[in-house]
Amino acid sequence: MSTIVSLPDQSTATLPKRSYLNNEYGLKSWLLTGDHKRIAILYLISITFFFFIGGALAGLIRLELLTPQSDLMAMDTYNKVFTMHGIVMIFLFLVPSVPATIGNFLIPIMVGAKDLAFPKINLLSWYLYVTAGIFTIAALALGGVDTGWTFTTPLSTHYLNTHVITAGLGVFIAGFSSIFTGLNFIVTIHRMRAPGMTWFRLPLFCWSHYAASILMVLGTPVLAIALVLVILERTIGIGVFDPAKGGDPILFQHLFWFYSHPAVYIMILPGMGVISEVISTFSRKRVFGYTAVAFSSVAIAVFGFFVWAHHMFIMGVSNYSALVFSLLTMLVAVPSAIKIFNWSATLYKGSITFETPMLYAFGFIGLFTIGGLTGVFLGSLGMDIHLTETYFIVAHFHFVMVGGMLMAFLSGVHFWWPKMTGRMYPEGISKLAAVTTFIGFVLTFFPQFIVGYLGMPRRYASYPPEFQVLNVFSTAGASVLGVGYLLPMLYLTWSLKYGKIAGANPWQATGLEWQIQSPPLTENFTVTPVVNYEAYDYEWLANKTEHEVQTVG
Amino acid sequence: MHISPVIWQYLVKWLTNFAVFPPEASAIAPYMDALYFFLILISVVGLVIVGLLVAAFSILYRKDKNPEATQIEGSTLLEATWTIIPLALFMVTFVWGALLYFRIYNPPTNAMNIYIVGKQWMWKAEHPGGQHEINALHVPVNRPVQLTMISQDVFHSYSIPAFRVKREVIPGRYTTVWFEATKPGTYHLFCTQYCGTLHSNMIGEVVVLSPEDYQAWTAGSTSGASLAQNGERLFASLGCNSCHSGNAHAHGPDLAAAYGSRIQLTNGGYTIVDDAFLRDSILNPTMHQIAGYAPIMPTYQGQVSEEGLISLVEYIKNLNSNYRVQQTLNTSQVQPGQTGTPAGVVKQ
Repeated sequence: MSTIVSLPDQSTATLPKRSYLNNEYGLKSWLLTGDHKRIAILYLISITFFFFIGGALAGLIRLELLTPQSDLMAMDTYNKVFTMHGIVMIFLFLVPSVPATIGNFLIPIMVGAKDLAFPKINLLSWYLYVTAGIFTIAALALGGVDTGWTFTTPLSTHYLNTHVITAGLGVFIAGFSSIFTGLNFIVTIHRMRAPGMTWFRLPLFCWSHYAASILMVLGTPVLAIALVLVILERTIGIGVFDPAKGGDPILFQHLFWFYSHPAVYIMILPGMGVISEVISTFSRKRVFGYTAVAFSSVAIAVFGFFVWAHHMFIMGVSNYSALVFSLLTMLVAVPSAIKIFNWSATLYKGSITFETPMLYAFGFIGLFTIGGLTGVFLGSLGMDIHLTETYFIVAHFHFVMVGGMLMAFLSGVHFWWPKMTGRMYPEGISKLAAVTTFIGFVLTFFPQFIVGYLGMPRRYASYPPEFQVLNVFSTAGASVLGVGYLLPMLYLTWSLKYGKIAGANPWQATGLEWQIQSPPLTENFTVTPVVNYEAYDYEWLANKTEHEVQTVG
Repeated sequence: MHISPVIWQYLVKWLTNFAVFPPEASAIAPYMDALYFFLILISVVGLVIVGLLVAAFSILYRKDKNPEATQIEGSTLLEATWTIIPLALFMVTFVWGALLYFRIYNPPTNAMNIYIVGKQWMWKAEHPGGQHEINALHVPVNRPVQLTMISQDVFHSYSIPAFRVKREVIPGRYTTVWFEATKPGTYHLFCTQYCGTLHSNMIGEVVVLSPEDYQAWTAGSTSGASLAQNGERLFASLGCNSCHSGNAHAHGPDLAAAYGSRIQLTNGGYTIVDDAFLRDSILNPTMHQIAGYAPIMPTYQGQVSEEGLISLVEYIKNLNSNYRVQQTLNTSQVQPGQTGTPAGVVKQ
């Protein structure tokens, strides 16, 4: 089987007269919308806002660490800055990043539905997100919070007089926004698939979102419980975590990581979905080992729930339970390896082009591989004793979350930008941005592995002078990285008005979303699609294109 | 090109201070580094394989070269290969890491014991001989040293990168770690668990001394009373001996041979009396109720500091050994000025 795919001539493309963007006008039509696409845009704007707040805080952290002394800001201020950086980036950017924006926009279209199962709950989820954002900004504006994003007891309950409750409530509310998103995806994927859209015809993007949704729905309530207990302990001193009252501070660690480890997969799985779509489209080939990739997502979701105590190997858990959790951690690494190899194999005998989304996807593969393998270092019990709580772990999770997830997010935003807006982003400068991001990232975070092995602890405002050279590299890299993130922000905004008109299927991709106009109609499809072909069937697409009569709504 | 000598000097100083690998100063460090290099090796091999696949396919199958994609469904054999090989490598690291972990967290029986109390934001070290240190730890070279650690307030973590050991220091619970220093010198000590405002100032130095220097240091920095002696005075001042008198009809169990013994609890279970058991029994006597005794002991929560508890534990530990002979000092030689409140009683 072979297929020649040629990209359509874009010079004749026109914007459709009617789309979800111009169906209604006015602020009210956006704020009270039930349309999953408009909610996705609302989310996109709000998470971008929080990304740049979190990014500015990261810039402050790197500036402080340029010199060994704590000289740019007081230690207290530094503690508040890294705490807010963590809270904002994790709960207000990474967790909703791909699912609430790209996922929200695409899941209904990919399964052939008019909207998500519960449009109003979807809108409520955005309002909860905004409320969470307001609480977090309030905590910042009122003077900050310095618990670290982990809210570790008894520090957070007895020893700080900052705005722990405000920030905690922010995270608590953000959790519900994520539960609602997950619930909507699960029901939509189960109940609203178009005729003929069987589970194994779903794009892998839907599989990975399904796996992430299960984690959101089952894991997030535990975080909510942990935060409520922290708040109650702070306000009325119920003593669940207080050893003086017979409580156990280790219990908090168990509850917190029972959510926060699966949360890592909540963040990365949707990104993996993006990568599957992008790699397939730009190599014009079905994803190698579709079922293996689909089931590896589910395996990550299942195993992901049973590895939480690997965050606690040095915390006095019994040696034998540490043994079990280390073993399970090794097992959860395997599905990620399977995905990486399948993506690489997808390229084999493809017909590859290197548009911006593909460059970001390559960046993802490289950086996520490093992030994943250094996770094996940390999962190995003895090694973890030396590496945990140092910059090694900081580098590790930034490789996974920023090198992996943020690359995937940018890949997805570029890939579906023509679908969302009807216009192309400028190709030249965006390639430059992708390369800049990659270089800046490696320069920022690779030296941190070395300084971590040297023993530099995380969350330090000052450090011994012999660590300075590596920290200077890191700070230099962070400034390059900052440019890499500002560029897309600027040219994507520019492209809203001046970008070339995209047409329905500029990449000649096979997903249902590419078979409808860009930007889509409010109701997505004029007639319910009937699916009689497999996912990533480029032959079907080639035949379809030959016989297609151009219809524009 | 002309470089200002000031900048030049600064650069030289900066670059000579540049560290890339930590010193190996404990018996475990070479083993840790061996595992580290093995992990780096498999990571590099994995990364190179993925990198080569992506690069080679990108060159061979780029659109100009290969305008037609060939659709391939997948391959069970390949899936099995890249499941089993990584899994096997991960299992090797699992076993290797586990062996190292058990070694670091199971102290040998002949280790000398030093108590560590962490508090915001300092490390206190209590040597059995009565030496107290803040943000420092003096240890002899080539001798196994066990640290029994507890926090007075929040979570801390005791990390000595040059020894490749670290352990969380937790409120309300003893944790232990051990090492055997192999090179005399001064090494970093860090608190690695975020503990509030001055977290990054909760640092210190670990000084490894040759046996002679250590002897000199021990003799020169004693506080006058060993931990056990201080514990004995605390024991008396808290009135412990009114019940734990050792008489057959006493209200409380005899403590003379208690440490290390296996005793029966009222719920029928057995337990070994160790440091944690003694500490719990002082603060929360009903937690482990010993068979044959009425639950009448009051709690001492809030009356004894962590250092005081350590002294009491050390005293009880030493009751069945002849610590008076081992120590160079005995109670009668303690300076009169120290006889007021024994160290460790929380001033009300």
